[in-house]
Amino acid sequence: MTLQLVLLVAAALFAVGLYGAISQQVVVMVMMGLEVMVNAVILAAAAMWWFLAPDPTGQVLLLVVLAAMTVEMATGFAVATLWHRARGSDMTDAATDLAG
Amino acid sequence: MSVLVDIAFWSLAAVAVVSAVLVFVVDSMARATYALALSFVAVGFVVVMLHQSYLGIVTVLMMLMEMAVMAVYMVMYMGMNPALMPMSMVHSKRAALAVSVAAFVVLGAGAMLVEWPVRRGEPAADVTAALGEALMGPQMLVMVVVSPVMVATIVGGVVLAAHRTRYDRFGDDLDRRPPRDPARGGVGR
Repeated sequence: MTLQLVLLVAAALFAVGLYGAISQQVVVMVMMGLEVMVNAVILAAAAMWWFLAPDPTGQVLLLVVLAAMTVEMATGFAVATLWHRARGSDMTDAATDLAG
Repeated sequence: MSVLVDIAFWSLAAVAVVSAVLVFVVDSMARATYALALSFVAVGFVVVMLHQSYLGIVTVLMMLMEMAVMAVYMVMYMGMNPALMPMSMVHSKRAALAVSVAAFVVLGAGAMLVEWPVRRGEPAADVTAALGEALMGPQMLVMVVVSPVMVATIVGGVVLAAHRTRYDRFGDDLDRRPPRDPARGGVGR
């Protein structure tokens, strides 16, 4: 297990998540894509911490990433709930008027 | 020992990536949610292998709960069962595939080709205790910022998701009497 190999796995996870975030039509599936991307960030940050600079500051950064992921999910679900109530839809294609 | 670590790492890495792919391949939303949970659990255990047992276990526990909630949302909002009625729920599939492959090539090449610096410093004897001391000491600002953000998220989430709030009942200044309710309350209605 080296830094390069862990980062390679993280890159694969990030690419899979990116595909999901771009291609999925259902809002919750788009959020799943974002989750996979954050998953990759957690893995890469943990590897950088251990292999490059194992002082507590890096762990604090990882904690911030976890907190950001929680905020993203909670707010995303709330918006999906509002969206479903307002328009009876869970598809991103029906929400293009929200752009900009 | 090193061989065992390598075997464990590659097994967990394979589980993480394959289950992440399965999220967007399987028909059933529930299976997609479980696949995502499995991916997070595998990454959580790799984080544990990287000597951050606290953050790794927190990731595993948090994601298992989050995916349980997500499965309920899936059932609530999908409006139909894709496992019974398979249909394509994607758009711009080719473009998305091209972008993600390009992202993997760029990131992977960066990971393999960059000359990473040598490790600076040594980990603390107890990294979890060191994290706690950092959060309660020099990194206190992080706790001070994250806590109100979490509270704001709870408030914002409830405001967005709530069907009717007291402002719907009592008006913007909370002075409408009687409140506007779908059915009149009280005795003798």
